[in-house]
Amino acid sequence: MTIEATPTHLRDEQGPFFGEFGGRFMPESLIAALDELSAAYDVAKADPEFHRELAELHRTYTGRPSIITEVPRFAEHAGGARILLKREDLNHTGSHKICNVLGQALIAKRIGKTRLIAETGAGQHGVATATAAALFGMECVVYMGEVDTERQALNVARMRLLGATVIPVTTGTRTLKDALNEAFRDWVANVENTHYLLGTVAGPHPFPVMVRDFVKVIGEEARQQVIDLTGALPDAVVACVGGGSNAIGIFHAFLDDPDVALHGFEAGGDGVDTLRHAASITMGRPGVLHGSRSIMLQDEDGQTVDSHSISAGLDYPGVGPEHAWLASIGRATYTPVTDAAAMQAFRLLCQTEGIIPAIESAHALAGAIELGRTLGEKATILVNLSGRGDKDVETAGAYFGVLDAGAGA
Amino acid sequence: MTGARVVESPVASAIEATRQNRAGALIGYLPVGFPTLDESVDAAVALVENGVDVLELGIPYSDPVMDGPVIQKATQASLDGGFRLRDAFTAVERIRARVDAPVLLMTYWNPVVQYGVGRFADDLVSAGGAGLITPDLTVDSGADWLAESDRTGLDRVFLAAPTSTDERLRLAVENSRGFVYTVSTMGTTGARAELGAAAETLVGRLRSVGSVRACVGIGVSTPEQIAEILGYADGAIVGSALVRALADDGVAGVARLTARLASGTAR
Ligand SMILES: Cc1ncc(COP(=O)(O)O)c(C=O)c1O
Repeated sequence: MTIEATPTHLRDEQGPFFGEFGGRFMPESLIAALDELSAAYDVAKADPEFHRELAELHRTYTGRPSIITEVPRFAEHAGGARILLKREDLNHTGSHKICNVLGQALIAKRIGKTRLIAETGAGQHGVATATAAALFGMECVVYMGEVDTERQALNVARMRLLGATVIPVTTGTRTLKDALNEAFRDWVANVENTHYLLGTVAGPHPFPVMVRDFVKVIGEEARQQVIDLTGALPDAVVACVGGGSNAIGIFHAFLDDPDVALHGFEAGGDGVDTLRHAASITMGRPGVLHGSRSIMLQDEDGQTVDSHSISAGLDYPGVGPEHAWLASIGRATYTPVTDAAAMQAFRLLCQTEGIIPAIESAHALAGAIELGRTLGEKATILVNLSGRGDKDVETAGAYFGVLDAGAGA
Repeated sequence: MTGARVVESPVASAIEATRQNRAGALIGYLPVGFPTLDESVDAAVALVENGVDVLELGIPYSDPVMDGPVIQKATQASLDGGFRLRDAFTAVERIRARVDAPVLLMTYWNPVVQYGVGRFADDLVSAGGAGLITPDLTVDSGADWLAESDRTGLDRVFLAAPTSTDERLRLAVENSRGFVYTVSTMGTTGARAELGAAAETLVGRLRSVGSVRACVGIGVSTPEQIAEILGYADGAIVGSALVRALADDGVAGVARLTARLASGTAR
């Protein structure tokens, strides 16, 4: 069975603007590269051969389609609602990030670039980019905030094993936003042979649209999988929101299904009543950051404010413009989840279902628990399990005090 | 130049005045609030007293994607020292009370958006500022700034890059008032030992789409480079080298470097 989406066409937005959000606020030096990228992407998008090549890579390399797993023991703690996980954690390299990376790497190849650069927070996007560079025989440089190289040391090693150069960023707050700044600076200087493989649905046009198009396969698969399994659309679709790629990836196919509620969960850190959080939509204001107009954490003067999250991948003070727009028109709801709530959900999934989630994804799980308790046992909730927690074992082990003293020595 | 009305550009006048007995203009950049607000004002005054024709004051910003390490470090120090946006207007006012050179603010776009584009323009006029250089705002994304600068008569300096198409160069030339900021090389701000041929080629391309005043910046740090640039362009812009001199040797040091750089403008 299939269920036709209503033709309200929220899915048809192609940028550069989503309502008042999006656009291109970038140095003139990079405009030619962005224009070249836009043009190459438009050609690829209309080329069946491109789609065939990408689909084949996903089938034989990524491991798509990813499966849906129902988690009844976990769901007992979520008001008895029916909870279905979209298993992006099972993708090659361990998260949804590979979907965007393979798409962009193919585009980079088409426009003759031989060097890929990327920013990374948790390291998942960096690992995926290093993987694609190895696969396609390209050079790879990954910028990563120094703070993040420490808390995601395992992923730093993975990138290096894959042949990439990892450059710790020591400027600004030494986290993801500063890694983006460094990547843009590298790109300005090396644009001739280099593609900047931006890792989320943020940045200047065409990145928000292009990245969305590469990750929306998640929701397209999941929508049909849920219908096949339950005979109906889910009541709610849930994802964590850093820059917003896994969230838009699973939301997009449902945008024109008005009865499906869309919930994004932002990193609430120590709580949004403290200064230590990364809840950009909940606590931010419209402005311009990293090349587009969106919503971000900033002070009165427009200086970006430091964010905080236990999860490196959500520790970003901005969010992609399409989410800012979906929030502004009320199509999706964005709610903060604290570090503590995310970590409880992390442990719960481990112990009830035998699945270790990424701490990023645990924010979506915590949101699903609250939502399930509100919606009750008749509800079906689809959760994007955006990544696996192998990279977080050290952080979680320390958090729960389960590391043997001296075990790492 | 297009625009709702013809306005007298203070920056254009200052650059034109250098044609009488020098090879062209020297434009100097310093960030506001580095090392302190007072010293940044004193240093800017010293720049003018030692031969700078147009001042470019940088507004410190948390995410300066066009800047290299020297300027990043200085602007971060200014932010750490408590820089507030209103300090930029204070600095312009205090500099203008002491010297006559026109003062442009160089600013990333978000601070202006948050302050309010119209309010920012009005306060810059009140402070005696000449206009804005906008490193991350291009003409095609700048409708509100085009409108506000026309309303207030402020100068607006857009950038031209070696990678810009002729069509985009024309857009920058037709919409800039004061001069066109000619980006010498692909890269961020910071001194370079050698300036390649890209800048001269780009100025030639700007001329062919009608540019009257093209000033070359990024990587310029010696009087020899300035003399070379003024052989084909109307002004040379120095930033990181001045910031480094201020950081290392204080106001007296930056004054000495400026005098040396100004020797490069002789004809
Ligand atoms: C597993 C996982 N989920 C989510 C995110 C957050 O990014 P986004 O909001 O773009 O999906 C990351 C980023 O590193 C991640 O690794």
